[in-house]
Amino acid sequence: MGKIEWAMWANEQALASGLILLTGGIVGVAGQFRGWQFASYAVAAGVFVCLLEYPRSKRAKGTSVERTGQYCFTVCVKAFGPLTRNYYVRAFLHAAICVPGGFMLATVLGCVCLGISSLIYLAAAIRGEHWEPILPRKETRKPVAESIKNPPQNPPPRPPPEMRKKISDLEGAAYDNPVSVTD
Amino acid sequence: MGNWIINNGFTAVMLVVWMGINIFLFVWFYLFYDRGDQFYYTRHLLGSALPWARAPAAVLNFNCMLILLPVCRNLLSLIRGSFVCCSRTMRKQLDKNLSFHKLVAYMIALMTAVHTIAHLLNLEWFTNSRQGVYDKLSTALSSLEDAGNTTYLNPVRIKDLDPQQIPTYFAFTTIAGLTGVVITLALILIITSSMEVIRRSYFEVFWYTHHLFIIFFAGLVFHGAGRIVRSQQRTDPPHNFTFCKDRSDEWGRIPECPIPQFAGGFPQTWMWVIGPMILYVCERLLRFIRYMQTVRYRKIVMRPSKVLELQMVKSGFKMEVGQYVFLNCPAISQLEWHPFTMTSAPEEDFFTVHIRSAGDWTDKLIDIMQQLPEGAQGPKMGVDGPFGTASEDVFDYEVSMLVGAGIGVTPFASILKSIWYKFKESNPKLRTRKIYFYWLCRETHAFEWFADLLQVLEREMEERGMGDFLTYKLYLTGWDQTHANHVMVHFDEDTDVITGLRQKTQYGRPLWDKEFEQVRKENPMSVVGTFLCGPAMLAKVLAKKCAKYSDVDPRKTKFYFNKENF
Repeated sequence: MGKIEWAMWANEQALASGLILLTGGIVGVAGQFRGWQFASYAVAAGVFVCLLEYPRSKRAKGTSVERTGQYCFTVCVKAFGPLTRNYYVRAFLHAAICVPGGFMLATVLGCVCLGISSLIYLAAAIRGEHWEPILPRKETRKPVAESIKNPPQNPPPRPPPEMRKKISDLEGAAYDNPVSVTD
Repeated sequence: MGNWIINNGFTAVMLVVWMGINIFLFVWFYLFYDRGDQFYYTRHLLGSALPWARAPAAVLNFNCMLILLPVCRNLLSLIRGSFVCCSRTMRKQLDKNLSFHKLVAYMIALMTAVHTIAHLLNLEWFTNSRQGVYDKLSTALSSLEDAGNTTYLNPVRIKDLDPQQIPTYFAFTTIAGLTGVVITLALILIITSSMEVIRRSYFEVFWYTHHLFIIFFAGLVFHGAGRIVRSQQRTDPPHNFTFCKDRSDEWGRIPECPIPQFAGGFPQTWMWVIGPMILYVCERLLRFIRYMQTVRYRKIVMRPSKVLELQMVKSGFKMEVGQYVFLNCPAISQLEWHPFTMTSAPEEDFFTVHIRSAGDWTDKLIDIMQQLPEGAQGPKMGVDGPFGTASEDVFDYEVSMLVGAGIGVTPFASILKSIWYKFKESNPKLRTRKIYFYWLCRETHAFEWFADLLQVLEREMEERGMGDFLTYKLYLTGWDQTHANHVMVHFDEDTDVITGLRQKTQYGRPLWDKEFEQVRKENPMSVVGTFLCGPAMLAKVLAKKCAKYSDVDPRKTKFYFNKENF
């Protein structure tokens, strides 16, 4: 299984865990279970995990498929720099977040799933993967070839070469261009 | 609307029937637990969460039974074969097996969610009853023990633990709880690794994780063994709950109200899933037996564009046109089986596959083959199959449109070779009068191995004067300026510069409206079968065109669409 980027699976698993944690939390709060405080924590933690995991990372090899509307999330997650880029941080973060979920049954499934995704992220981090934002490609103009750098300074009709305007000697030219020929 | 009915009608009917059965099961079991008198006391403790948990359980039973069936490909092949006399609609239906498998999986996931949430509520309320938080009747019911002449109703027996932890404790110490957690976890892992993005990029992760279904089914069968959903049993004298519910202090002391007795329901899941489980075990056994049979290499050729051609011989191997096989190479990976369409015709006494470099496994295979000395036998190869897909039907249609994109041309290589053989033998089985072949390809190199075949066919048809039996059009979709220049210089030559064929290569993508219009004009009253092996996007386009140009009127042309891709 050489070419696998574990982070891709960890991401799917973490997103699913976030949703499960959120659902368990909602059930716990709505049903007014004992330990509903843990359930309300799970709601907040679930939302946080979902927001963190929604933007997919750019793949090291191959085409990356974005999730719908992930651009704003990408920008937010990117803003945290090395904290979100590094998968060791994510692995430990998920491990820490999932612990309070183990204290009541409604959130225990979310806790275990998030724990599993934390382990997969750890595997990804050990293999040296990191999170790259998927940003829209900027249009780069093709580099202009050398000979085009100096277009003729005089539009036609052109006077003989010795009378033409040179860049180095602007005063000795036969006439001036009304409009600049370089941009 | 009529066109949609021709092409998708049967699928729609199947889906309606399936959904209908799901809804029926849900409602039936909901009402059974919501109205049944034997559950009156149980409902007193749990409210409507009881039927909300049991109804999805019934739907889950049904769908867990169904989910194994679409992936028994040998069984499906058998069924396909037996429909030889019947309509082609049935066989088309079986092509959509993977879509159905996914649909059933989604239903299982949804019902698992509902079932789990309902049981979370149940456990909380059972715990509360046991703690004596609710009314007198609940407390009385909950304190019934499994001792002497009493039987329990509330499966939560424990009282002394921290009540917040009791549900968790219960979940992990009862059969139902433990199996439930384990199989839900297995289901979640299966689903996250089956997402399209993981499946397309890292098939191994998807395939190995998917085998967690073994744990899923094992846990599922034992999930009900604890019999914790209890109903009231008949006692002698009978215990009338309407009269006795307010007299819980006097149970056992007055003749009208003996102590109520409860028992759990008989676990039924195994009855639903045992059949498909046995079928699936047979399926895997069959794959294993086929794997053990010897396969000898006849020829190994390395083609341009990193395409490997393998010609193999296996005793007792019989194929039809356009079928595919699964290959397993233990030298690369013990457990992986990968599908490849065969490019040889049934009339030959060997079978051929063309394998393109497309991932870990194929790359390693090409590597191994390239390092073999001349004339040596290749590594041990297990072959499972052949399995049939839509291309088998191509000779049943009077007129066929074959569209192959890139390496997707492989099933059609098999068909065209078979045509050539059938021509030579003047085989009466050939119902086809006309074939239109469209090959879309990005780069020229990939043409080479197929161009040979087309050249032979071209010659053959000219000799027999059957020039218009096969009309083929080749489209080079990845052309650039150098191609255009080359063509401009050579445009007045008889044969095409790229392929050497008489038919000129066209550039860019085909204009499907024009093509369908032409086919319709040339074949006014026929049934036209359209076959595609290529990307899903193209499938959508062709399906739409088929629907657009079909007519319900039997005197006009009808287009049927068949798709195959991996």
